[in-house]
Amino acid sequence: MSTENEWPLWEVFVRTKAGLDHKHCGSLHAADARMAVQMARDVYTRRQEGSSVWVVRSDQIVASDPGDKDMLFDPAEDKVYRHPTFYKLPDSVDQM
Amino acid sequence: MYTQAMDTMREEGGQPALRTAEEAALQQRFDNRIDAGDFIEAKDWMPDNYRKTLLRQISQHAHSEIVGMLPEGNWITRAPTLKRKAILLAKVQDEGGHGLYLYAAAETLGQSRDQMLDSLHSGKAKYSSIFNYPTLTWADVGTIGWLVDGAAIMNQVPICRCSYAPYARAMIRICREESFHQRQGYDSLLAMMQNGTEAQKAMVQDAVNRWWWPCLMMFGPPDDQSPNSAQGMRWGIKRVSNDTLRQKFVDATVQQAQVLGVSLPDPDLRWNEATQHWDFGTIDWSEFWRVVGGEGPCNRERLAMRVAAWEEGEWVREAALAHSRKQARKEKAA
Ligand SMILES: [Fe+2]
Ligand SMILES: [Fe+2]
Repeated sequence: MSTENEWPLWEVFVRTKAGLDHKHCGSLHAADARMAVQMARDVYTRRQEGSSVWVVRSDQIVASDPGDKDMLFDPAEDKVYRHPTFYKLPDSVDQM
Repeated sequence: MYTQAMDTMREEGGQPALRTAEEAALQQRFDNRIDAGDFIEAKDWMPDNYRKTLLRQISQHAHSEIVGMLPEGNWITRAPTLKRKAILLAKVQDEGGHGLYLYAAAETLGQSRDQMLDSLHSGKAKYSSIFNYPTLTWADVGTIGWLVDGAAIMNQVPICRCSYAPYARAMIRICREESFHQRQGYDSLLAMMQNGTEAQKAMVQDAVNRWWWPCLMMFGPPDDQSPNSAQGMRWGIKRVSNDTLRQKFVDATVQQAQVLGVSLPDPDLRWNEATQHWDFGTIDWSEFWRVVGGEGPCNRERLAMRVAAWEEGEWVREAALAHSRKQARKEKAA
C-alpha cells in the first residue's frame, strides 16, 4: 500500500490556560493547517484542556540528534556556579 | 482498550546474532537504560525485536480502540434518553481519540498509519477479542462501560509506566479519560436496577452473564501459557502479569456487583480467607482462542464495517488532499 496519499503529520501544542506556555501534546494527520487546528481541538481538548492550540508540520521541526546528547548537554554538568545554591552566604542575608 | 498482542504473537526466533562490536555496545547501553528505569524515545537506538514488539502491541491497541467504537456506536441512535445519548456519544468519541493517540505513538516506530490500517483491514493485525461479541440490548452498553472499560483500566494503568515513552504518554492521556467510561456504565445499570421494571432488571443480569467471562479473558492467557510475557517484562513493556491483573479485577468487581444487585455467573466464586482474594472458576480458553482465531460471533461483521468505512471515506481523503495542494499552488503563484 502506498503512503503518498496519506495526509501529512502535524505536531500539536496546547496552551492549557492564559498565561501558560504552549506545551507539546501529540500529533495528528490533516490535509491542511486549518483542518489540523480543527482536529487538534477535537482530539486534544474535549474537556477544556486548552484555550489555544498551535499546529506545526512535523517535517518542519528540526530536532537535536539523540546521539549528540552528551556533547550538547553534558558540559553544563560541572558548572554548579550557575546555580544560586552554590553560594554560601551568612544566615542573616541568606534569603537573598 | 487492550490488545492481546503480547500473547498472540508467534515466537520471533530469538535474538539475531549481533553483527558488530558497535551494535553490541548499543545493545548494552539500551539494556542499562531499561534496567535503570529510563524511558526510550522514538529517535533512540533500540533492538529490532523491541521495536517490532511495540509496533505490534501499540498498533493492535489502536485497532482495539477503533473497532471498540462499533459495538457501542450501534446503540447511539437508540439510547433511551437524550442524556444517555449525549454520554454515549462522548464515550464513543473518546475511544476514537484513544485510537488516534495510539496510532500516532505507533507511527513514531517507523510504520505509516496507512500500513497499519492495511494490516487491520486485511485481517493480518488483531484487535482485542472482546469486541467480537454482540451488543444485544441497551443493558449491554452499560455493562461494557462497567466491565469492559473496567478491565481495560486494570490493563492500561501499568502501561503508563511503559519503557517506550511515546506509548506511556499516550496511555496517561487515555487513563485520564477512562474513569468516566466505567462510571457512566455503572451509573446507567444502577438506574435500571434501582428504578427499572422487573424486565429491565432481568436485562441487566442477562448482559452481565454474557459479558463476565469474555471480560476475564481480556487479561490474556494464564501466566504459564504466556511465553512472551517474560520478554515483555524484561523490556519494561509489560509491568504486571496477566493472572495478577485478572485477580485484581475480580477482587474489585465482586463488591460492585453486590451494590448493583446482580450476581456474577460463576458458581465457584468465593472469598478465600487464606489468600485474601476471591477464588473464581475455570476460564474456557478454547472460546478465547476461537474468537482470536476469527470465529467469534461478530468477527466478520466488525471487520467488514471497518473496511467499508475506509473505502467509502476514500473520496473524502482524496478531495481534502487535492484541495490543500491546489491552495498551496495558488499561494505559490500569488
Ligand atoms: Fe479507550
Ligand atoms: Fe474506554
